[in-house]
Amino acid sequence: MEKDIREDIAWAKINGDVLKSLENPRKLYWVIVFAALAAFGVGVGCEVYQYNVGMGVANLDNPHVWGLYIATFIFWIGMSHSGTLLSAILHLMHADWRKPIYRFAEAMTTFSLMTAGLFVMVHIGRLWQFYYSLPYPNERGIWPNFQSPLLWDAMAIFTYLSSSVIFLYVGMIPDLAIARDNIHAGWRKKLYTLLSLGWEGTDRQWRNFRVTYLTVACFLIPLAVSVHSIVASDFAMSQQPGWHVTSFPPYFVAGALYSGCAAIITLFIILRYVFKFEEYMTLPILKKTVRLTFAIAMVWTYLNAVEFASVWYSHDGASKDVLIQKMTGTYAFAWWGMIFCGSIVPLVLAIKRFQTNIPVLLVVSLLLNLGMWLERWMIVSPTFSHGYYPWTWDHDQWPSLVQWGMVFGSFGWFTLLFMIFCKVFPSVSMYEVKEMVYHRSLHLKKGDTAEQGAH
Amino acid sequence: MSVNNLLENWSQFRHAHPVDDKPHDPYKWAMSIDLDTCTGCNACSVACYAENNLPVVGKEKFAHGQVMHWMRIERYWDEDGRDFPDQGAQFLPMMCQQCEAAPCETVCPVAATNHTADGLNSQIYNRCIGSRYCSANCPFKVRYFNWYDYPTTDNVWPAEMTQQLNPDVSVRGKGVMEKCTFCVQRLHAAKVAAKGEGRIVREGEVQTACQQVCPTNAISFGNLVDPEARVHQQWKAQQVELDKDEQEKDGEHGRSELRGYRILEELRPYPSVMYLERVRESAI
Repeated sequence: MEKDIREDIAWAKINGDVLKSLENPRKLYWVIVFAALAAFGVGVGCEVYQYNVGMGVANLDNPHVWGLYIATFIFWIGMSHSGTLLSAILHLMHADWRKPIYRFAEAMTTFSLMTAGLFVMVHIGRLWQFYYSLPYPNERGIWPNFQSPLLWDAMAIFTYLSSSVIFLYVGMIPDLAIARDNIHAGWRKKLYTLLSLGWEGTDRQWRNFRVTYLTVACFLIPLAVSVHSIVASDFAMSQQPGWHVTSFPPYFVAGALYSGCAAIITLFIILRYVFKFEEYMTLPILKKTVRLTFAIAMVWTYLNAVEFASVWYSHDGASKDVLIQKMTGTYAFAWWGMIFCGSIVPLVLAIKRFQTNIPVLLVVSLLLNLGMWLERWMIVSPTFSHGYYPWTWDHDQWPSLVQWGMVFGSFGWFTLLFMIFCKVFPSVSMYEVKEMVYHRSLHLKKGDTAEQGAH
Repeated sequence: MSVNNLLENWSQFRHAHPVDDKPHDPYKWAMSIDLDTCTGCNACSVACYAENNLPVVGKEKFAHGQVMHWMRIERYWDEDGRDFPDQGAQFLPMMCQQCEAAPCETVCPVAATNHTADGLNSQIYNRCIGSRYCSANCPFKVRYFNWYDYPTTDNVWPAEMTQQLNPDVSVRGKGVMEKCTFCVQRLHAAKVAAKGEGRIVREGEVQTACQQVCPTNAISFGNLVDPEARVHQQWKAQQVELDKDEQEKDGEHGRSELRGYRILEELRPYPSVMYLERVRESAI
């Protein structure tokens, strides 16, 4: 097995390489930032138009009261899960290879949650009254409805987002101190000084830091599972054919980890190039991520098969009709696209030759995410087009450009946040890479001593 | 916002089961619609537009599925091999079924739709934030969303016609959900009048707009708890009960004389509207 990282990198070089990412990325960085800004602008324009004129411009109707907003909302929520998988679950499992890449994965979690939050906002009809759904003290003595899965949703996401921000921040403190000590004077030095909370690297600080980090990690794991289970409840708890499925929560969580892992591969490739992180984001690490993604892809495929089979062999005629509609109706192209991108394309990842082939992986990871986006769309729309009440069947409803514009804009918003984060904060964890290098060199030394002893 | 309010008063506004939960006393508003007498003339729908200030959205938005008819007449063609114009058609007036265990009520994040003590499924426009989850979970799809700000949209109500809006019914702005209320403003007025005389509303004292205009008297509406009420007698004669989730006659394969049924009963929303099947040839 190739090694995940070279054991002879000097610590000063690690600092230097990572801190360089705060200063001079490749030109492509600015191209990406401006493209993202432009895309986000499109989204903002669409929202302003929709806000002023009414939700009708999204081409939603009765029965299609939900559309791409909800589908894309699930997509972004889902994407957030792999950050937690890499940073918290693998941390507990002492999987060392996560160390150079977990920081950006965790940032991805935070920013995709923020993006998902936007979709809740653009979806609701009276955006200016969104706070009704929060249990805030008010003079009317009114609570929100605790029976509603949407309310659980709002709370779960809010908890997950705040915990993710804390986790991201806590894990970054030693690195912020390094940045503070090395950066030239200016607003950033002030920022790092403030955020590093007077970190000096004393034993006591390290001990407290470890305990805190571990605690937050343990807290975050059940949250990650519950968040997407609750998003799944939005559908599973309803009565509609195609949604009222018991296996939805695990199915959603698997799908979430899947799209998240695919996104990590995409971002891995981009960051590695843009910030010249070839030394740290190494191909063996990419290979491990790819294998993880492949395993999750197969779990997702299995759960898909379980869902189809249980609908097919059930006596629920309406659900079966919806399934047949998905396969053969208006949305057939998207449904089969989902099967192709979600279950067939990942087979490429099983081939050893492609597990470290960057162009192939970039294309594959984007296709996987396309497939997962289609999956969410295929959960939402076909049920509306072919529900219980035949009079309201509507197979010809298509999202308007306003909806597509906002979906497009959300990618811009996410990329913008992510790219700014990577430029302002160290996106590779310096102290953990050092740990990794240290452990490797220790290991090697031990091997050397053993060899010498044998002579 | 006391916890007390949450724990104790909340259950008043929810019904999980139509009978076991809480008795309907002294009112349970219900309806029955005789499909055999319905001619599909749409008068009920028009009356509903006039009574409840429904916006007329125009051809284009109608085609987009953004029409706001609380009361809609559904047309189903007979499939007996004959072609139009010989082909028979059947009509079914459809409006909010005022379910006892309403799927829409539990899912609203802000509790904008609730169950009232007299068995209505109420909608609070001021509380609605427009998540549209209620509509998503409604099996009948009888909830209508204000996709645009209709009161300020051209041609919805020509300027001179704003004078004819019903002052008892609020005009809804954009972004809220609305649906049939069983003409709650009329029910309320009747209840207040009766209360002044120290009694409850008698049969015939209150009519919904659709019932009032129906030329064939296909719609009857009243207090299901009141043995004098026509709707009570009809439900009883048809052996339809509020808490049933299937009718006995369904097991008898068309040999029964009974015609009463409720739509999608098997989902157990316990609708408050009973339909009477057509008996004419083309209905079979």
